[in-house]
Amino acid sequence: MANGSGRPLSPHLQVYKLPLTAVMSITHRITGVGLAVGTLLLVWWLVAAATGPEAFARAQGFIGSFFGLLLMFGWTAALYYHLCNGIRHLVWDAGKAFELTDADRNNKVVLGATAVLTVLTWIVGLAAW
Amino acid sequence: MASNSKTLRSPLQVARGLGSAKHGTEHWWSQRLTAIALVPLTVWFVFGVIGHLGADHAAFVAWMKSPFSAVMMVLTAVVTFHHAQSGLQVVIEDYVHVEWQKMALIIGVKFLSFALAAACVLAVVKIFIGA
Repeated sequence: MANGSGRPLSPHLQVYKLPLTAVMSITHRITGVGLAVGTLLLVWWLVAAATGPEAFARAQGFIGSFFGLLLMFGWTAALYYHLCNGIRHLVWDAGKAFELTDADRNNKVVLGATAVLTVLTWIVGLAAW
Repeated sequence: MASNSKTLRSPLQVARGLGSAKHGTEHWWSQRLTAIALVPLTVWFVFGVIGHLGADHAAFVAWMKSPFSAVMMVLTAVVTFHHAQSGLQVVIEDYVHVEWQKMALIIGVKFLSFALAAACVLAVVKIFIGA
């Protein structure tokens, strides 16, 4: 070992390639923080609706703009990721699915469900617009 | 301890600082409870947003005049902000190690979260009651 002790070293994060499970763990946190910031849009939407038609039209106009749609798309994906991976965390909290094979499979389940739900939501959303 | 020890410290003094009494799991539990509540609330919210993309003011007001929708929107806002401030607190505790900065951020996040939640609730109530 590099430190000459013969004892295992913990991964050096700058050169260590994170496994998918680790990447998904930090992504859960990042999407959580992103969604917290995204709540500002919810506040604007509701307060604008309570203020009156002009304020509401401004908020709806922003959401319908290119930048607004981009934000909404990112927000949708982050929301579904955090939702699906959050359910996975609840399964872990119940003491289940800790084996590596479970983790590898559930990585794919969460990523697949996030992609499918995001795309489906936008197909339905754009059709309903 | 007290029965066989040569120490003069009381059992309470020995136990202090070793862990929580009763409330240690409260934060963890409230994060899970709000997470579970947010599963159905989020599904409702996504459908609600899809149904009101590009809607005019009258359509939105009509939506929030329904008691069910108003209650669901209030719950969504309150539980979301509760969950958000609880999660952000953990993130801050993990990455900010200067005590006063950590405390300032946590207090700021909590105050802002509950203020924004209150704004959402007032907005929904105003639309619901308003003419």
